Parts: sequence; structure tokens; C-alpha cells
Amino acid sequence: MGIIKADDVTFEYIRRDEEGNVEGITTAVDHVSLDIKKGQFIAILGHNGSGKSTLAKHMNAILYPTEGTLWVDGMDTKAEEHVWDIRQRAGMVFQNPDNQIIGQVVEEDVGFGPENMGIPTKEIWERVEESLRAVGMYEFRKHSPNKLSGGQKQRVSIAGVLAMHPQCIVLDEPTAMLDPNGRKEVIRAIRGLNDVEGITVILITHYMEEIIYADKVFVMDQGAIAMEGTPREIFSQVEKLKSLRLDVPQVTMLAYELKKKGMNLPDGILITKELIDALRI
Amino acid sequence: MAIILDHISYIYEKDTPMEHRALDDICLTIPDGQFIGIIGHTGSGKSTLVQHLNGLMEASEGHVYYNGEDIYDKDYDMKKLRSNVGLVFQYPEHQLFEIDVFTDVCFGPKNLGLEKKEVELRAYEALKQVGLPDEYFYQSPFELSGGQKRRVAIAGVMAMKPKVLILDEPTAGLDPKGREEILDMIKRLQKETGLTVILVSHSMDDVAEYVDRIIVMNKGRVMYDDTPKEVFKNYKELEEVGLSAPQVTYIMHALKDKGLNVNTTATTIEEAAEEIWKKLG
Amino acid sequence: MLRDITLGQYYQTESVVHKLDPRVKLGGTLLYIISLFLFENIWGYLVAGLFLALVVKLSKVPFRFMVRGMKTIVFLLLITVVFNLFLTPGEVLISFWKLKITKEGLWIAISMAIRLSMLIIGSSVMTLTTTPNNLTDGMEKMMSPLKVFKVPVHEVAMMMSIALRFIPILLEETDKIMKAQIARGADFESGNLLKRAKALVPLLVPLFISAFRRANDLAMAMEARCYRGGEGRTKMKPLVYKREDKLAYLVIAGYLVVKIAIGIVL
Repeated sequence: MGIIKADDVTFEYIRRDEEGNVEGITTAVDHVSLDIKKGQFIAILGHNGSGKSTLAKHMNAILYPTEGTLWVDGMDTKAEEHVWDIRQRAGMVFQNPDNQIIGQVVEEDVGFGPENMGIPTKEIWERVEESLRAVGMYEFRKHSPNKLSGGQKQRVSIAGVLAMHPQCIVLDEPTAMLDPNGRKEVIRAIRGLNDVEGITVILITHYMEEIIYADKVFVMDQGAIAMEGTPREIFSQVEKLKSLRLDVPQVTMLAYELKKKGMNLPDGILITKELIDALRI
Repeated sequence: MAIILDHISYIYEKDTPMEHRALDDICLTIPDGQFIGIIGHTGSGKSTLVQHLNGLMEASEGHVYYNGEDIYDKDYDMKKLRSNVGLVFQYPEHQLFEIDVFTDVCFGPKNLGLEKKEVELRAYEALKQVGLPDEYFYQSPFELSGGQKRRVAIAGVMAMKPKVLILDEPTAGLDPKGREEILDMIKRLQKETGLTVILVSHSMDDVAEYVDRIIVMNKGRVMYDDTPKEVFKNYKELEEVGLSAPQVTYIMHALKDKGLNVNTTATTIEEAAEEIWKKLG
Repeated sequence: MLRDITLGQYYQTESVVHKLDPRVKLGGTLLYIISLFLFENIWGYLVAGLFLALVVKLSKVPFRFMVRGMKTIVFLLLITVVFNLFLTPGEVLISFWKLKITKEGLWIAISMAIRLSMLIIGSSVMTLTTTPNNLTDGMEKMMSPLKVFKVPVHEVAMMMSIALRFIPILLEETDKIMKAQIARGADFESGNLLKRAKALVPLLVPLFISAFRRANDLAMAMEARCYRGGEGRTKMKPLVYKREDKLAYLVIAGYLVVKIAIGIVL
């Protein structure tokens, strides 16, 4: 079993109108099964409302499946006695950088998780330092989070999770509210965690450029997994992605257009260099 | 009929050690009917700039003229200016407050002191313009999806029948399809009504294929002001200030460096595919 | 607009006073304020003034920052002085029209002005040299005995510190929503009271919605980081008295002794 394993996970909730009468049932996650191995870089793609964030919240035991089971490091998320172990092992970073920083000073925010876990003071300091260094924010440790850019705030949030020494980090659209530079910073930091620290990364996003380096991609639609494969396999199916309200990187799109015109190119070109090599000039 | 910015500067915390020029000697002319993109990274002054166009911020130095009148004149009618120059802020759906969509859109024209009938007519027209289906008109704005909310918010400004429509990051937080839909909608609006549209963005990819003119802001100054093709020729300089040209620009330049004699000014995928096909197909 | 309001007026610099334990500063300030009202004589004020001057000097905060805090209550100060000046009965010094200034009135007015000014400057020293967060920590620790009586000390402290973090964010947001509604023709500045109150609806509704959304997000983020109340929590920056803190307590005690002695003897 991998670090995160979902077996037929379904999450339903009841919609009510203003008077509290039942309007209907929404199936936000629809029979999802997946198995994520330690050390992998996983991307979960999907348009807004596809159920990807709801699924993510299951991995941190914020939500529990209404049907099926989800295990984090072998622990069933429904078992109440494991909830804190699960949250420590599978850390979570959210979309809005302002709404997840608790401390008024960067280092205090990073120390928040370890404090909650009851780590001794001396070790908290060590963890805070190493986490801030890992995301390149150590020199900002004494700053107020309000003065940081969006990308820097998200890196602080990542450090805050890192300080809890998780085995896996789930990032729920961490770049959706950032500008292009901020997005780059955050993605670089995330890749560093995966490459250098060997932490399992589950990145939820709708930015296609961010998933090029993933080991495996899941595409969600209407709560279910609609596509699954390596980035190359996914990007080979331009039409299908478009029908799922998604996009492909410009270079992939260009290759696709050229292919349509009759050029002999391989499917799923991801980066500029590949296209140039494939054009054989 | 134009907006003219004449040597505009905006200084934060003047005469203190914190003094900072958010805008530094800006001169611009915005004629009727243009589709303009203002590009710059966070902190480049682009949002400050657009708030000068409808008098929400007052320049520390310089003058703003609308239709030949100085808007800083003592008896200048600011309310009139704000109805002529509509400004849609970032995440505009966060300003919705009424019980239903229609009433919310009525807010703007009602503030102009129009008759009830005219107000409702305008609200209806605006909601049609942004392409919101009728069945949503009497729903609470808070129950709509992200993309729909944003349409309602844009309609709220359109209902004031502005001659100039400014949108600050209208696609922030939307998924790829949602981004495309909103931008297509704006393009259509501009074509149908002859409106001047100013699109503020930090992403070149978003605006390249829509606008006639790009104004690049950097450190409170206008760095480039030209057609997209001309601006993207400076892709190396743009890179240095933390902006990037659309990916196709890089692809075309990379091809040229490899010795393929392509015209590097393509800004859209279609143009690029056409150009490569001409040379290699 | 609203962004100009600054909350928590901490002045960043390195000084002995900055480094003191917040409990020392909280307790010290409290004792100092009490001492100001203990006895009434000029020599006592002189000692209190000297002590204050010493602390201000040690804090390395420019004096004008201390006085800045007085601006807000200068009106209150004036009223107190004027009332005492004219309304205290006693030996008349000067009288004109219907007003009389008495010897006793003059003394009380001066004495009130001195006390209030020193009170404000004294508490400014505390807020200027202690981060709001540190202050909250200090209060939490000082109040912790109250836990026995089921007072939710940790929770209150946590709430205060979160409020401090979110006030600037919400102020900025208010500013933004206000501008957005002004762009839609809203008018927050003219009309009578009722009209103005009504004009606030387009500002307050979005603001509340946003505050609730943030609160919801924050609660989730805190839970995701294993927050489960004060039980079993350790501190990254625990409050421990150092040698300087003990010394500071001694200095404060010394000051009190002198102040009281003067009060009794003179």
C-alpha cells in the first residue's frame, strides 16, 4: 500500500434551501480509487467544481468519505484516534495565502504546527530553521507576513507544513491567487521538496505548465477520475482536455496544430526543446 | 473623446523616509474604441494607474483629462466620470451584496439617479451583454459559480453604460475554460458596443491575442507602449523585469536561433503554426 | 483612506526595554500607574518623572513617538484640567466674569495633567517596546492561574493574536470594497445619518461575508496543522525570566519604595 490509497471513495452532501428543506444530493467525489507511492510527484487536474479540492480535503482527514475508504500511511481516515497522526503525516497547503498564516511573524507561523504537536522548544527552533531554509525564506524569518508577496506567503505556508515533518504534502491550488513570478517560486519550492527531501507531493491545480514534471497526473471531472497517466500521455489528448474545460501548454498546442496540418510529430510534446528536436532543423 | 494622462505621479507617504513613487511621470493617451492591455508584475503600479483613470485616486503631480476637461477641477462631476469610466476590480464578485442578481446589477444605475424603469432596463441589458442566462436573474449572487459571479459583477459596472471599461485581472482564479470564456465575452462586448476596454493583467499569454495595444508598466513607469508584436520583440528585456512574452515568442526565437528562417513576430499559436508550416511543411 | 490607521504601535529597535519579558513590562506599567495616584506631592511627581525619563531613554524610542499617543486624548486631558481648574472651591487666585481660579483648583489641575501625561507616556513605553504578540503571550502567562476557575485563558489569547493578524487585512479589504462601490456610484460621504447608515450596507455585507470566509478557511488551516486547543501544546518562545528581568523587577521595587517613602515623609 502506498502513502495514500483511496478505495472507491465517494463523498456526498445534502443541499438544502433557505428553510432547510432538502433540495438534492451532490456527489462531489464519485467512486475514486487511487494509490500514491512514497516519493512520487502527483498532480491532480480539473476545472473549478470538478471535485479535486474535495478529494484533497479527504487526504488530511478534514473530510471523510461517505462511501469507500481512504488510508494515509496505512491509517483509515475514518478512525478518530488517528486523525492527528494523519494530519501530521499528510500536511496541507491551501489556496489563499492570507487565510492560512496564523503567526504575526514568519518564524512564529512556521512554529505553529510543531507547537501544536507538543515538540520541545529547542527542536521547534531547529525545525523552523530547516523548513524556512528549504523553501528559501530563512532571511525573512523576522518579517511580518503582511509585508510579503503572495509567492513568499505561500512558501511560508509550505514551510509551516514542512516543520511538522510530514511524509506527504497536499497542495490545494497553491498558485491560483499568485502572479506568474509567484507561481514560479512556489512550483520551484515544491519541486525542491520532492527532489531533495523526497517528500511525496500531491499538487492540485488547473495550470498546465505546473504539471509537466509530475510523475503521474489524474484529471478529474464531475467528481470522478476522467484521465490518468504521465503528463505526456495526458497532453497527447488535446481534444479530450479541452472538453474537460482544460488547456494545454502553448508548445503542446502548437505541436498539435502542426500535426493537424500534416506534420509528422510525436504526441504530447511538453517543452520547447522537444518541439525543436522533433522538427529536426 | 479620450483620456489623457499628463505627467502623472503618485507618491505614497510623501516627505517621510518611506516615500515611494508608485507612479512616476506617466504620460498616456487613451483614445476611443481601443482594446488595451496593461501588463506589469505585482507592484509595478498598474493597479494604481487605472484607479487614476476614474478619479478614485488623485495624482500627487500632473493632470488627468477626460474629454478635454481636467478631472481635478473643483466643480468637476466625479460621479459622472465614474459612470463613464467603469472600473471592475480584481475578484469583483467579492463586492456583490444584494439579495438577488438583478437587484445587485441595479445598484450602479440606481446610484446615477435614473428612473426605476431605466435602471431595470439597463440592468437587464447588461446581464444579457455578459451572457448570463435568464434563470439566474432572481437567484442569490452567492449561489452562483465563480465564473457566473464574475459576470454578474461585470454586468454591475456595464449597467452604468460606461464609455471606457477597465478590468483589473478579470481572469484571476478562474480555470482555463473560464478564463477563455470571460476574455471572449469582453472581446465581444468591445466589438459590439465600440467600448474602450483596458485589461490589466500580469500575464502576457492572456492578453496577447485580444488587445490592439500593450502598455508595459515597470517600477511606476511606462516601459513599452506599442502593438503586441512590437512589444514582444523585446522579450529579453521583459524577462529581465520579471515578465515574459507568450511561450510562442520563445519558440519562434529558438527556431530562428537553430537556423530556421521564421518570422519571429507571431504572438498566437495559429500565427506560429502558419509560419512554421510555410517554412517546413 | 483606512489604511492609514495603524494598530499596535510597536517601534522596532534594539534596547534593554525591548528585550524585557512582557510580564515585567505589563506588571511594571500597572505598578507605575498605581504609584502615580498614590500620593500627591511635587517631589513624588519628580521621582516618577525621573523614573519615566530613564525608562524612555533606555527604550531608545524617539520621544515624539511617545507624545504621539497623547494626541488622541489631548481633548480628554484638557477637559479634566479645565474642570478641575474652574470648579474646585477654595482660596481664589484670579477671578474674571463668572469664573474663578482657586489655589486648590490650580494645584489639582496641574497635578492631574502631570499624572495623566505620565500615565499615557508610561503605557506608550510598554506598547511601543512590546510586539502585540508578545503582549498577548505575557497576558496569557500572567492570567494562567485563572485557568483553575475555568477561564479560557489560552483561547482568549489565541483569539486576540488572530484578531491582531487579521485587522490589517480586513482594513485593506474594507478600503478595496469601498473603492469598488464608489466606482459603481456609491456615496459614503453625503446625506443625513440614516442615509449614510444605509449607504454602508454595500460595504458591510461583502465585508462580513469575506470575514466569515476567512474565518472558515483559517479554522480549517489551523486544524490541518494539528491545532486542538491549548492542551499539550509547547511554546516556540516560552516566557522565561532572565537576569535582566529580575533586575528590572528590583528597579521597579526600588522606585516604588522611594515613591512611597517620599509620600509618607513629605
